Parts: sequence; structure tokens; C-alpha cells
Amino acid sequence: MFASWHKYASLMHFHALSQRVSPWCFGLSAVLFAAGLIGGLGLAPTDYQQGESFRIIYVHVPSAWLSMFAYIVMATAGALSLIWKVKLGEVIARACAPLGASFTALALVTGALWGKPMWGTWWAWDARLTSELLLLFLYLGYIALQAAIDDRRAAARAGAVLALVGVVNIPIIHYSVEWWSTLHQPATITKLGAPSIATSMLIPLLLMAFASQVFFFAVLLVRTRCEILEFERHTQWVKALVGRSSMPTVIA
Amino acid sequence: MTPRHRRMATITVLVVGMGLATALILRAFNENLMYFYSPSEIAAGKAPSARDFRIGGMVVVGSVERNPESLEMSFTLTDYAHQTRVSYAGILPDLFREGQGIVAHGRLTPEGSFIAHEVLAKHDENYMPPEVAASLKPQSLPTTAANAP
Repeated sequence: MFASWHKYASLMHFHALSQRVSPWCFGLSAVLFAAGLIGGLGLAPTDYQQGESFRIIYVHVPSAWLSMFAYIVMATAGALSLIWKVKLGEVIARACAPLGASFTALALVTGALWGKPMWGTWWAWDARLTSELLLLFLYLGYIALQAAIDDRRAAARAGAVLALVGVVNIPIIHYSVEWWSTLHQPATITKLGAPSIATSMLIPLLLMAFASQVFFFAVLLVRTRCEILEFERHTQWVKALVGRSSMPTVIA
Repeated sequence: MTPRHRRMATITVLVVGMGLATALILRAFNENLMYFYSPSEIAAGKAPSARDFRIGGMVVVGSVERNPESLEMSFTLTDYAHQTRVSYAGILPDLFREGQGIVAHGRLTPEGSFIAHEVLAKHDENYMPPEVAASLKPQSLPTTAANAP
């Protein structure tokens, strides 16, 4: 049991596994995105208050969820690398950061685009918006830290500590709309009790959320593969792999 | 204690410590993290009198008065316990309507009314087609009658 788990934690095996799995993830996410977009932009009814403008929810909410989920993945991978010295944790955390930063930026931009017509302002310094902006800065700080330290193992350790310190921001983002008065409205779906959204609007939203999730994993797998090749560039298996595909010698 | 257990303990202490420190800081700054004051807090004298602040509440149905010659208008905000009269001259967001939650930025006059220089609309967390909303509407709107105590 442990032996087989250990095998997939080895970078070489994960590289091979990722090559097999990621095309399926891309395919599945494309199908789910198509279904979610048809449902969200075509089939779902207009909202009683916000009319057609509410449809930006189908991009905004999945990217906001993913911005937090990616951070949890990054911090968990960081903890694995710190406690159990799992090299795979180091490469996954490193591969995750730009992806999480992109989803956070997307959530902030779509939120601003939604806020202007509905609230009457692009931005408000309320607790929800500010804590989400802080999340973007945490990602950017992690990326800058990785770029600043040449030794990859040391960079991974420092990054993992930063990621774990920032974990405290995740519950703050989620509960900000309950703990304080904010311009942003409280949760619609991730709350106790039934979601306060009509089923015909909810199903495309869940499809879009699932599609984004699968897309996240697909890109994460590809990015992790790049990190693995860079990390193990001096090993025999990478040299053999690169030689076989008749590519020019990788930069040392 | 193996080195692995020690690392695990260090990280647990780090995460829990950060959580506690943050919780204490947020508790201390609780007032500053509020985006707006409610009419009840203003009635209790908690809102600042010397500087601008935000007030949030529901626009009471039938309370909106407009000056037909200008953009000047006024309306009453309620949190179902207390009310505050707000006056404003400017462009309103599309979602502004009676029975809607709004946030106004401005200053309290000594007489207890609020002069706003910005009005933002808040929308709630409910999404539904218009037909469903129409069947729910009668019991969900705030009116002056809801202002009991």
C-alpha cells in the first residue's frame, strides 16, 4: 500500500501519470464548459432584479471558488513538502501559484464588471473585496519569493511557510460577509440550508464550477510536468526523455 | 519525537498561532471592518458625528420624494428597528428602488438626518426568475408598518 503510494510521489512516475491523465481532464472540462455556457447564457432565465447582468455569475463565482481552492491545494502541497519532505509537494505548490493568482485576478475583474452596473461602483473597500485582494497579493508574494531564491529546495521551503501563514485568509474571505457588514451580499450556495437560487440557474452554475475545477487540474498537471522536468533536469530519465524526443539540449 | 513529528508540531503551532493572532486583531478592529452603520447604531449614537461614514438599510416603500426640478431627492432607510431620513442629489444606481437595500456615504446633520454624496445599491443573495419573484413579493417588502419599536 505504502509502496504504491510512494511510487506516485516519485517525480518520474507522476510525470508519466500526468501525461496520461491531463488530456482527459482537458476533454472533460471542454464538454462541461460547453454545457455550462449553453445552460448559463442560453437556457437560464433572467433574474428578477438584475436582468441579464446576473449571468456574469457563471464566470465570477467559479473563479472565486477556484481562487480559494487553489490556495488550499498550494498550502497542502507546501505542508507535505515541509513535513514529509515530499518533492512532489514542492513542484505542485510551485505550479499552483500562477494558476491561483489568475483565478483570483479573474474573480476580482469580473466582480468589478458586475459591481459597476449593479452596485454603482467598480470597487469598495469592504471586508470581502479587500480580503480577496489580499489573496492576490499572497499569490504574487509567493511567486516573487520563488523567483528571488535561486536554490529551488530553499525557495520551496520559504514558499511553503508563506503559503501556510496565509491560510488564515481563506476562512476570512468566506465568512467576511457574515462577520461584518459588507457591500457584497452573503453566500447563496455555500451556506447552511438550501441554496437561494432557482434550480434552472443553479445547475449551469454547478456545471461551470465543476468545469473550472477540472480545467484547473488539467492545467496544474501540465504545469507540474514542466516543473518536474526543470527540477530533475540533471537526472538520467529526463535526459533520456528529452534525447528521445530529439529536442535540443535543455539549458543547464 | 522524530524530526518529522517535530516539523508537524512546528507547522501546527504556526498555523494555529497565526489563526489566533489574526482572530484577536480582527476582534480589536471589528468596528473599522464594518462597511456601514445601521439606522439602529446611528440612533444609539455609535456613528461618528465629525466625519463621513456609510449608512446601510432598506429603502422604506413610499418614502422616496423627488424634486421634479433637480436631482435632489430624499428617502427613509430602515433596519426594521429604527429609521433615518437620507437626502441626496445625484445619479442613482439602476438597482435603487423602494424595498431595496442600499448603502449611502455621507454625513449626519445635528438634527439626525443624513446627507449623502454617494448612493450604492446592495443586492441580496437570492436569484430567481421574475415569475417566481412576483409570487413571493407581497410579504417580503419593508414598509413603514414594519417600524414598530
